[in-house]
Order: sequence, then structure tokens, then C-alpha cells
Amino acid sequence: MTPLTMQYLTDFAYIGAIALFVLSLKWLSSPASAQRGVLAGEIGAAIAVVTTFFNPELVQFKWILIALLIGTMIGIPLGLVHMTAVPQRTAMSHAFGALAAALIGISEYYMRIPHINKFEMTEIALEVIIGSLSFTGSLIAAGKLQEWLPQRPIVYKGQNYVSLSFLGAAALAALVLIFHPTAAYLFPAMVIISLLFGVMLVTPIGGADMPTVIALLNSYVGLTAALLGFVLNSKVLVVAGALDGSSGFILAVIMCKAMNRSFSNVVFGAFGQLQVSAAGEKEDRIVRTASPEEAAAILGAANSVIIVPGYGMAVAQAQHKVRELYDTLSKKGVDVKFGIHPVAGRMPGHMNVLLAEADVPYDRLVDMETANSDMPQTDVALIIGANDVTNPAAKTDQGSPIYGMPIIEVDNARTVMVIKRSLNPGFAGIDNTLYYMDKTLMLFGDAKAFVGDIVRELSGGGHG
Amino acid sequence: MPAGFISNLYVFILAGFVGFEVIRRVSPLLHTPLMALTNALDAIVVVAAIIIAGRQGTKLSEILGAVAVAAAFSNMVGGFLITDRMLRMFKLSGRKKQ
Repeated sequence: MTPLTMQYLTDFAYIGAIALFVLSLKWLSSPASAQRGVLAGEIGAAIAVVTTFFNPELVQFKWILIALLIGTMIGIPLGLVHMTAVPQRTAMSHAFGALAAALIGISEYYMRIPHINKFEMTEIALEVIIGSLSFTGSLIAAGKLQEWLPQRPIVYKGQNYVSLSFLGAAALAALVLIFHPTAAYLFPAMVIISLLFGVMLVTPIGGADMPTVIALLNSYVGLTAALLGFVLNSKVLVVAGALDGSSGFILAVIMCKAMNRSFSNVVFGAFGQLQVSAAGEKEDRIVRTASPEEAAAILGAANSVIIVPGYGMAVAQAQHKVRELYDTLSKKGVDVKFGIHPVAGRMPGHMNVLLAEADVPYDRLVDMETANSDMPQTDVALIIGANDVTNPAAKTDQGSPIYGMPIIEVDNARTVMVIKRSLNPGFAGIDNTLYYMDKTLMLFGDAKAFVGDIVRELSGGGHG
Repeated sequence: MPAGFISNLYVFILAGFVGFEVIRRVSPLLHTPLMALTNALDAIVVVAAIIIAGRQGTKLSEILGAVAVAAAFSNMVGGFLITDRMLRMFKLSGRKKQ
């Protein structure tokens, strides 16, 4: 086969792969066709990878095969994690994606100097800066989600200026390199500064903001891949990067809207610092508590229940007990739904996969708008580890840091039950007026144990 | 300006719009699988890494390329695997409902 024929075949294979990628995402629009979408993506990726092996430029295969083997050995365990660990797994895969793209950009620089023009240098510098900062930023995010690093924001005075000066330094190094590409000593400096900037970018961001941060990092990783496509003149990378980048961007916008915050506020706002000032007045307010028996009696007598899960459910690993509660109540004829706030949990869609893993049928999972329109006709709203996304202060208290954030309006239900370890504020550190309402019953205890006790009461001899 | 730049820009803009329109329609139920799947698709950078690792080059580019192959391919394998696992978990209530 002539090199030119080979080139055409490669191009056609890549075009086919791209078409399959778009179809793959299209089929993901509904759960019914989604599995076909994964298959389309797999076929597309396989076609592209296999075709690449016939590239006439390739002279040695040993390291490629070893690397593919290592990649498989890392990838399989990362593909088999539990749904509770999915946020940190996702952050790790962003780190790997950014690492791969950044390393290729670095290698291109050293392959091309001294014959590198301003334009190419601009592309490479941009690609390597974004790739490097996304790599370390994602590692920090993964560390926070895995709780190797503290989830609270780590902040100090003047932090934003220090961080931005690092970004400025990386940009300056890039600028000098563009005009003097052979100033090779600056290139590693630019990479290291970008890596440090990535650390500084994510360290001050708190756990509750992780859904937005993960989505933003996702879009950076996509952008890096697209830029790499420009560097290497590879359209398959441009398209895959653009798809990944727009996906991350859309999710980040959805997450920001769901918190009524801007990107810059998420990145530079260090949300989630404990609001010490507001904590003073709460001491004398009265809360009503209930035992598992009382809670079971009320739930068993209800016609309709909306369960609102949050990160606390994931932390307590309570999702399987919650599904048992759903089963038990459904058998008694109670209509049980789950109201899912877009930013509940630590990544977009986190609660949905947790509950799906626990075998809750997905037609029982409703979004915030549906939950809110059903809420006034609902007998019991049961909140499990979702503090800020149900806090009425978001609607009423202009001084609250979450004022304006759309919430699941559980206060419209006839009875509100909140399962919580103690009265400590949630991750955003905001006191919740919900706990002191007359119709609210606080169920103090570990979510998994408490829900388990309710289930036992309900299925034991509890109804009568 | 490199020859391919303008055509790459066309492709980038159009793919961005396609991505926006397609992904906007993804149900919020599936946002986590969406992120896993786009990670796996993004791992297509492995084809560039394979060429960097395997072509006639310097020791440095071979090493960087090989590490990039491993990193990207782990995303491809892991990403498709977990997306598939997650989607299998999404079931309708069907007969269970009354």
C-alpha cells in the first residue's frame, strides 16, 4: 500500500470514529438508548486506535504495547470502583487526560526546536499551560474527594493575588518563548509554574463546590485535547476535544445556575468557609426530634413521600438502606419519589448513579422542578444529608451566602423530616432555618443506621 | 500561519456547536455517565501518543509518548468500562410498580 493510500484510509477511519462519537453522545440522551451509545463510542475508539497502528511513521512497537498494557492495568480497576467513589475517579481520569495531552505538547516542543515559528509556539504554549494546570488541579480535586486532603477550602490572605501572579508568570514565560522559541530554559519553568498554579487554583475550593470544579476541569481537559489537535493538525483530536470541552462547559453552567453563582465566584470565592458570625443566635431555638418508631409511623401512614438525598447519604453509605425504605413503603402503597438537586453530591448526577446502583428505578428519580411542583401535595419530605440545597434561607434571607440559590422547597411539604448526625451546619457552613420549623422533625443519628431502624419498624409489626 | 489552522478552526467551531446541541439534550439523570463517556472519548489523544511514542524520535519523546499512551489508554479502558456499568444500573420500575 502506498503511503498516500494509507493516509486516505487513516483519514476515513478517523472520520468514521468521529461520526460514531457524535452518535454515542446523541444516544446518551435517554437511559433507553444510552447503552447503544457506549457501544458506538467503543467501536469508534477501537477503529481509531487500530488504524493508527498502520501509520507508516511508526518504527517501534515495544514501548507502545507495554504502555497500552499498563494503561489497561490502571484503567480496569478505575472502571470498577463503587459509585460512591465515582467523583474522585472522574477527577483522576481528568488528571490522566490532561497529563497525556500535556506530555505530547512538551514532546512536540523538544522535537521541533529550533525550527518552530511564533504561531506553532503559541499553540504549544497554550496547550501545555492548560494541560499542566488541569493535571495538578484535577489531582488536588481527587485528593479532596478521596479525603486525603481536607475538603474545606484552604485559604490565606491575598491568595487570589498570589495565584494570579503565578498564572501571569506562566503567561510571561510563554510570551518570551513565542518571540524566542529557542530560549529553551524557559520551557520547563513555564511547565512547573503552570503545575503549581493548578494546585493553587483548586486548593481554596471547598467540597460543596466540587460539582462545578469537576465540570470546569472537564472542559479544560477537552480544550487541551482540542488545542493538541491544532498543534498536531489532527482533526479527530479537535473534534473529540471540542465535544468533551462543550460537555464540561455545559455541565459547569448547569452547576453554577443551580447554585446561583458565577464561575469566578466558584473559583475565587472560597465558598464554604464556616460562617462563625451567624452562629451566635441559634442557641435558644427549639427543635423537635423523633425516634425511628415515630418516624416509621408517620411514613407508613403517608400517601406520598419525597426523599431528598445529598452528599451525607453517600458519606454514610446509606443508599442501600434507603432503597429498602423505598421498597417497604412502596409495598404499603406509599408513593415514594426522590427529589434530586443538580448539585447534590460531589459531581453532576452523583445521586442518580448512587441510587441506580442501589436498584432504585430511575423513573422514581425526579429533578428539582418536578419535586418542587409536587411538594405542596406531599405528606412527608425526608431529607438525608442534603443541607444547603433544602435551606429556606436561600429564598428568604438576603444576608445568607446561599441567597438566590434554587432549592428543593421541602418546607412546602406537610411534614419535614431531616436525618442528621447533629445540628452542625452543612458543608457551606450555613445554619438551616428548616430545622426549627414547627412541622420539622429532626431524626438525629447515622443516616444508614437510622433508615435501617425505620425499615425494621415498618416491616416488623410497626403498622397498626 | 500553519496550513491546517483555518480548517481546524472550522472543525473546532462546528464540533463545539454539535457538542452543545447534542449534550444539552442529555437527561440530568445521566450527567455522571455523560462525564465518564466524554472522558473515554477524549482519551482518543492516545492515537497521537502512539505516534509520538513509536516514530523515529529522541529518547525523551519516546518516554513522554509512552507515558501519554498509558495515561490516555487507562482513561479509554476505564471510561468505557464504568460508563457501561453505570448505565446497566439504570432500570425502570416496570412490574414492581403496583
